[in-house]
Amino acid sequence: MNQAVQEYSPELLGALTERVEALEEQAAAAPRSDKLSMVVFSGELDKLLAAFVIATGAAACGMKVSMFFTFWATAALKKEGPQAKGKSLVEKMFGWMLPGGFGKRKLSKMEMGGVGRWMMTREMAKKNVASLAELVEAADELGVRISICEMSMSLMGIRQEELLDYSDIGCCGVASFLDDASSSNTTLFI
Amino acid sequence: MSATQEIDLTGLKCPMPIVRLSKLMKQLDAGQEIAAVANDPAFCLDVEAWCNKTGHELIQINQTDERLTAVIRKKHEGK
Repeated sequence: MNQAVQEYSPELLGALTERVEALEEQAAAAPRSDKLSMVVFSGELDKLLAAFVIATGAAACGMKVSMFFTFWATAALKKEGPQAKGKSLVEKMFGWMLPGGFGKRKLSKMEMGGVGRWMMTREMAKKNVASLAELVEAADELGVRISICEMSMSLMGIRQEELLDYSDIGCCGVASFLDDASSSNTTLFI
Repeated sequence: MSATQEIDLTGLKCPMPIVRLSKLMKQLDAGQEIAAVANDPAFCLDVEAWCNKTGHELIQINQTDERLTAVIRKKHEGK
């Protein structure tokens, strides 16, 4: 086959070889994207635990990690305590229905009116499994980026000052997430 | 070269052993070694995967009863 092509058109083969070599050089020079982008949609304890275990694990493996919080997960990023002033009635209701603080997160299964959650957290402490608060702290130390869907925040009336203390946290829109996600080699929805 | 650093990861559950390991690794110089002791059953596979992902060299794994010791050498930058 090669010989046939060479006989037919040595110029073409030469040109193709040059192009292949140029592409190989490009591929070798291109930085390997080792990035994890996550959509965190759920505000439940078990799903948040999974999200932060994966995020901290990936960061510990040297990956660049960014978590995009939207809908029910945004409430999980609120501090415990009274709501910010100047909210509308509906926004206040959102605040009452979706309280902040890691201790207020329910389980997606076996919650059993709080009994399941109590048993789970007790068992986690007994078996030395990292709590959500510990995982978030580790994520912060490892430089995991948390971006929050601005639309969800304004929809649920969550104010900037209600967010937990975290170094790399900020609001953004869907384009920012897509920009992150399209340059990542791993994307997850939790 | 300075002596092998030791890190006790016993009692920790996934993902904390590799989180701690990566923190300590950042403080070391290239070529320096860590001996990590853990008893999380997942750590045996995880330390291998972690080295594979980060590029640090897994020199040896020793399993005794319920404890596992992994010796890891820090990679040289740019490798």
